[in-house]
Amino acid sequence: MATSTVLIPPRHYLNDGYGIKSWLLTRDHKRIALLYLASVTLFFFVGGAMAVLIRLDLATPAGDLVTDETYNKLFTMHGVMMVFFFLIPVIPSVLGNFLVPIMIGAKDLAFPKLNLFSWYIYVVGGLFTLYALVTGGVDTGWTFYTPFSTVSSTTNVVPTALGIFITGFSSILTGLNFIVTIHRMRAPGLTWFRMPLFLWSTYATSLINVLGTPVIAITVLLVAAERVFHFGFFDPRLGGDPVLFQHLFWFYSHPAVYIMVLPAMGVVSELVAAGCRKPVFGYSFVAFASLAIAVLGFLVWGHHMFVAGESVYSALIFSILSFLVAIPSAVKVFNWTATMYKGAVSWETPMLYAYGFIGLFTIGGLTGLFLAAVGLDVHVTDTYFIVAHFHYIMVGGTIMGYLGGLHYWWPKISGRLYNEGLAKLSAGIIFVGFNLTFFPQFVLGYLGMPRRYHAYPPDFQVLNVLSSAGASILGVGYLVPMVYLMWSLRYGRLAGSNPWGAVGLEWTTTSPPPTENFAETPIVTWDAYDYHAPVEGHVA
Amino acid sequence: MSPEAAHHPHVPGLAHHFDSLEQQTEATTLGMWVFLVTEVLFFGGLFMVYTVYRTLYPEAFAAASHTLDITLGTINTAVLITSSLTMALAVHAAQLGQRKLIMIFLIATMALGSVFLGIKGVEYYSKFVEHHVPGASFHFEEPQLAAHAQIFFSLYFLMTGLHALHMIIGFGIMLFMLGWTWKGTITAEYYSPIEIAGLYWHFVDIVWIFLFPLLYLLGGRGH
Repeated sequence: MATSTVLIPPRHYLNDGYGIKSWLLTRDHKRIALLYLASVTLFFFVGGAMAVLIRLDLATPAGDLVTDETYNKLFTMHGVMMVFFFLIPVIPSVLGNFLVPIMIGAKDLAFPKLNLFSWYIYVVGGLFTLYALVTGGVDTGWTFYTPFSTVSSTTNVVPTALGIFITGFSSILTGLNFIVTIHRMRAPGLTWFRMPLFLWSTYATSLINVLGTPVIAITVLLVAAERVFHFGFFDPRLGGDPVLFQHLFWFYSHPAVYIMVLPAMGVVSELVAAGCRKPVFGYSFVAFASLAIAVLGFLVWGHHMFVAGESVYSALIFSILSFLVAIPSAVKVFNWTATMYKGAVSWETPMLYAYGFIGLFTIGGLTGLFLAAVGLDVHVTDTYFIVAHFHYIMVGGTIMGYLGGLHYWWPKISGRLYNEGLAKLSAGIIFVGFNLTFFPQFVLGYLGMPRRYHAYPPDFQVLNVLSSAGASILGVGYLVPMVYLMWSLRYGRLAGSNPWGAVGLEWTTTSPPPTENFAETPIVTWDAYDYHAPVEGHVA
Repeated sequence: MSPEAAHHPHVPGLAHHFDSLEQQTEATTLGMWVFLVTEVLFFGGLFMVYTVYRTLYPEAFAAASHTLDITLGTINTAVLITSSLTMALAVHAAQLGQRKLIMIFLIATMALGSVFLGIKGVEYYSKFVEHHVPGASFHFEEPQLAAHAQIFFSLYFLMTGLHALHMIIGFGIMLFMLGWTWKGTITAEYYSPIEIAGLYWHFVDIVWIFLFPLLYLLGGRGH
């Protein structure tokens, strides 16, 4: 840990210009990362507030808190907010924006203006969706299944769809920026296989963003157009095929799960290496596993349609392909575990989140295999088993990875240290709260409780109350870091350039870094996670 | 990169975060290619929808396709291919740093693009008059095919409309390029913006090369 000799650098990106204009017109990737941090946090708490209402309502079998129409809107807007405005952008746009140029020794992303523009697109898309929310909400579920969304629903489908359409371009342009930056902006000596694994997973994520997002964009545009102009693409009465919508939707939305979890995997690779003072075991396997997940992710969408009239043959093929995703996923989990083996394993906050991620992702991933098996999937389709499964991946995976990364790089972002005791405590609260919320849902689903229902038989109440209690604990767990991280901005001890004694280019520059990231362009002569060499810049 | 190279003393057109014009050109060109890949997938969704419904309703698609004006469609195809030629000539002029020629060819490209959009407008108008625009007033001559023909016309308007929108965006890019050429930013050393604008324009052209046969040439026109 750093000692009292640490000084804050006189010139850094946070004091390079003050005032609202210096932020809203910035082209510095680090400031844009903070703009995203503020906006995704806002959407996280909006989406979280709806989750609270959902769980409160489900505390009683009759659903006494809200009407059934309101309940439908709550779970829809919870899903839309969390998926499109938090989980998908969060790690790439906050941690990726901050770290990609620094990790490759560049001054900025390849297209700084485009980067700022991406944030504005995100905000405009978000405002559309918030508008849809405050003027009555939308009740189709975040999946917008047709023909309900195009013909039957009387709620604000069009503004929500437009919001998602617009925000999609933010993902596309951010992904494009990362791909070009990683290809063309690496510092001298930084070969592909010397890159930190976070960059490999960011690269794989960007590929999905660039290839998949345009498809959801055109799909939601078709939904909006069909509602307005009655084209009939998805309306059986006019010769349309509602299942075609599902194909188009899941062609993006299944890979989108990997957009959410791949960056978290990249974060965990960094945390595990730094937390164990060792290179990640089987570096190139972990790197290629990211690409394999990105590629395979595009070939498995049909497992969302096992009960939607898909032929047995395509179901079998989609089932086998879905099983294949387990291979690169397991490669990662085994390699992280092998990295820890005989490592000087740390119990600091970032590492706690890494442990959390590995455990919860394993449960989420293994239950995914249940769902890839056609017969079992038919049994649990549209039950709470699915809800529990994807929350283990999205919340247990993505959010654990994000919070771990945020804690790990917070000293670099802010130049200050947070309260380690409180941070450990809230990591524990989140882990307990999360499992108490979602583990009972596996059981509920297996017993047959359907998802998206406003009321349920009294037999299910005990498990639902457990889940609701867990959600309130989880909510506290998310609020505490907000408080101590904000507090640390002003009162935290100075971090110094390398508080963890970690390797990686980001730890060789000051905390916070200067606007141009490095005093001079670094020349990289070492592999990633070179923990055998003496660590530069580490104040022991 | 040597420290001297990092402190490039004012190379025109070079942004601060790039080390050299070469790196900047490589980055911006790759950026446009990645963007075009995105565009392929964007249009790809519509081509997918087209493929599904054409396979399901070949008769209605052929009948609806026959109502399109093949002469105007062919003229437009020729106009657009010519605009790709003038665009390529603009890029060539840019490589040689011939400022006047760049501007002439850019303006020619925009003029041909406007002819295309004008003809498209005439076609849209006649569809409107014939009640072939999907919606409440949609009417098709063969009632048993009407519903499925409406899907064809929905795709026709969506695909050509989206294509036209891309052309209008292309006009915006051309205007920027004209401005930069006028100001003298574009030189024989720094011509990549024109080249990248060209990539975009050719892509829009290629989309039409697919749209034309898929929409106009269905089901044998011999009768």
